[in-house]
This record gives sequence, C-alpha cells and structure tokens, in this order.
Amino acid sequence: MRPIRVLVAKPGLDGHDRGAKVLARAFRDAGMEVIYTGLRQTPEQITQAAVQEDVDVVAMSILSGAHMHLLPKVVALMKEEGVYDDTLVLGGGVIPQEDIPLLKEAGIQEIFTPGTTTEETIEYIKNNLKRDLS
Amino acid sequence: MSPLELARLTLAGDKRACSRLISLTENEGTGYLDALKAIYPCADKAYVIGVTGPPGSGKSTLTDKLAKTLADGGKRVGIVAIDPTSPFTKGSILGDRIRMGAVSADKNVFIRSMGTRGSLGGLSKATANTLAILSAYGCDYILVETVGVGQSEIDIVRTADTTLMVMAPGLGDDIQAIKAGVMEIADVFAVNKADKDGAKKTQLEISAMLDFRMDWDFKPTVRLTVAETGDGVDGLLGDIMAHRDYLSNGGKLEKKRAYKRMSHIRDIIRDRLDRRVEELMADLAACTDAGRDPYSMSEELIRKIDLTRI
Repeated sequence: MRPIRVLVAKPGLDGHDRGAKVLARAFRDAGMEVIYTGLRQTPEQITQAAVQEDVDVVAMSILSGAHMHLLPKVVALMKEEGVYDDTLVLGGGVIPQEDIPLLKEAGIQEIFTPGTTTEETIEYIKNNLKRDLS
Repeated sequence: MSPLELARLTLAGDKRACSRLISLTENEGTGYLDALKAIYPCADKAYVIGVTGPPGSGKSTLTDKLAKTLADGGKRVGIVAIDPTSPFTKGSILGDRIRMGAVSADKNVFIRSMGTRGSLGGLSKATANTLAILSAYGCDYILVETVGVGQSEIDIVRTADTTLMVMAPGLGDDIQAIKAGVMEIADVFAVNKADKDGAKKTQLEISAMLDFRMDWDFKPTVRLTVAETGDGVDGLLGDIMAHRDYLSNGGKLEKKRAYKRMSHIRDIIRDRLDRRVEELMADLAACTDAGRDPYSMSEELIRKIDLTRI
C-alpha cells in the first residue's frame, strides 16, 4: 500500500504555524508523506504544489480571517488545473461557525476548528480519500 | 488513465500526467515499467545537477535561486528534493518547498518532493526514474537535492552530471575537509552563508584540501555564496556550466552517462533480487533454531531463489 500524500499549507499572511506544524508531525507519525510548504503561500503556489506533488489531501491552516477569500480561490484554481476531483480539500484554524456552510458550498470538504484532535483529523482523512491507495 | 497514456501525455508536456507518472513509478504501480520504457528515448535529454551537503547548509535555498536563474533564462527546470522517511512509521515531512518561494509558482519549474522510503545513499530508489520522467516532460535542467548528508552518502555521483557540494562555515575543522567520502565527489563547491563568521576560513580549508591533488582534469572551484540574498549565485551557476562545458568536450559526458546507465541497470537487478530474498526470508519467518549456523542456512536459501521468480 502506498503512503497517503498530504500538502499542509498556510495560505495568506498570518505568521502562526504552530497548528500546521503539529498537524504535519501527527500526519507523519500516522505514516503519511507530508509536503509542508511553510508560511505565506498564495493560492497559486498551493495549487501548483498540489499538482506537482500529486497529493491526496490539501490541508490549509488559516488564522488571519481571510479564509472566505483564499480557500475558495484554491478550489477554483485546482478545478482549473483538473486536480480538484481527486483531492480532498480541507480547512482549519480560526473560522467562525457561520462561515463553515459557505466554505463547504465553495468546495472545501471539511473544516476543522480549534479543539479538534489530531486523531479525528487523521481518521477523517483516512475515511474520505478520493483515490484508492493501491 | 493507463500508464502508456500517462507516458504519452508526459512526453507532450502535460504537467499533471508527469506528476501522476512520477507517483505511479514511485509506488511501482501496475504498468509503470511499460510507461518508463515508452519515455526512455527522451529520458536523457535534461542536464542533471546534484545538490548535496550537510543538513542546514542551505541546499534548498540555493537550489531555489539556481532554478530561478535558469528559469528566468527561458529554461524549463525540474527540482527533485529528497527528505528522510521515518524507519518506524514510514511517514515523512518533506519540507524543502519552504525554501523554494522564488520558483514555487513559476510555470516553468516543476518541483517534486520525495521521501527516501528506505534508501540510505542520500536519494530514494525512484530518483533515477523520476529524473527520466522529468526529462521526458521537457525539462532542460534538473536539480536533485539530496537529504542532508553526513560523510558517506554518495549515490548522487551516480545520478548527476555535475555534483555541487554545499558547505557552510562552522561545521568542523580542516580534518573534516580531508576525510574520505562526500568531500571527494564534488565537481563544484559552494561555501554558503558566506556572510557568517568563518566562511573564508572554510573556503581556504576546502581549497587546501583540493590543492593536495596535482593531477586534476577539472579542479573544483570553491565559491562563496549567500543563498538568502542571491549573492554569488550567478558565479556559482557559471562554475556549474564550466563543468558542463568540460564534460561536453571529448565524449566525457557520454562516458559518464553510460556509467549512469550501468549503475541504473545494476540497481534494477539488485532491487528485484532483493525482493525475492525478502520473500524467502518471510518463508523462513522466525528462525529460533540457534543450533543451525547462518552459513548453511543461507546456502539452502540461495538454492531456492529460482530465477524465474525474479
């Protein structure tokens, strides 16, 4: 069985990557290959990374408040590149409850807010991949 | 999409197909060898630059800047960046992209991160095949960044046309520079972080090490660089190109590539033999009989290898 490949990205301008790093480490310990892009990534950079790295999951952590702008932009670009249908796109961070339905409508499959355990996130990923691992 | 279809699209310059084909190959999925055979006529077109050196010396940042310079000059550039895989969980954190902001959205640059997945020589098993795929995709240059090396991970010489060794000041004294191993394989040296104390001293120590040998056909240059700001990067690319020019005279590049093909063939055969050995070992399972010596037991297993099953 091949490993799950996950892109962990920090879109936008906030400089808080503790959460992203904790997740990256947890995904690694769950046997995944984690491509970590670092801070301040544009939607274009995230999309190019998703295409070139052929990832199963794009997990974006955002705490700046710009999620309504940046996350749907990534989905749109991924659709343009033809990779959205095969990729699980997730968001996490400080995201108000009322924004979550709108983000899901825009194509973010799930949103994880503070308090979610790393185990829950890993379980979710394993159960919702869009491609098989054979 | 079938493997052959992926191969066809990769040859036509389709980025997504190229990416999928790399995954298929890395995972040794059904039909990957057919796809690799199909792209083989274009597998050798790119010029491969190996970037190696100890962890934290600035390999990724320097790779980023070299790729940017090449891409700005109108070249299509591939980057293969390798980081270690956990021997326990098989997971990995591939973090080379963090330092590759200058080219990570550049449409002329294709970056692929790979875990070592058990290889110990500084590269991953699929690296040679990935280079072939990126070459078929249309890359003019491919930069291969090894894992941070210690003293003996030298697979890169069997993979790259030109090997760049990135050092940084403060990593050891002049005895480190004269030890055998990685220091002997470089065609070009960079002393990166040259704005830090001791860079000139490191440069001198490496130069002194190189001066010991009198019969160089191509004596490596030792360039001071600051990858962060780009200082010295143009000069370093010049050094790499000088080595390329050196190789292209008198059939040296062809010779080097023939040697690379030989070691690729050797790797493929060894890998398949190795897998058969693992199967036999699994049959053996728990060998708790301490009374039997390992020598006669291995002789017994060797007789069972059965070449038709490789």
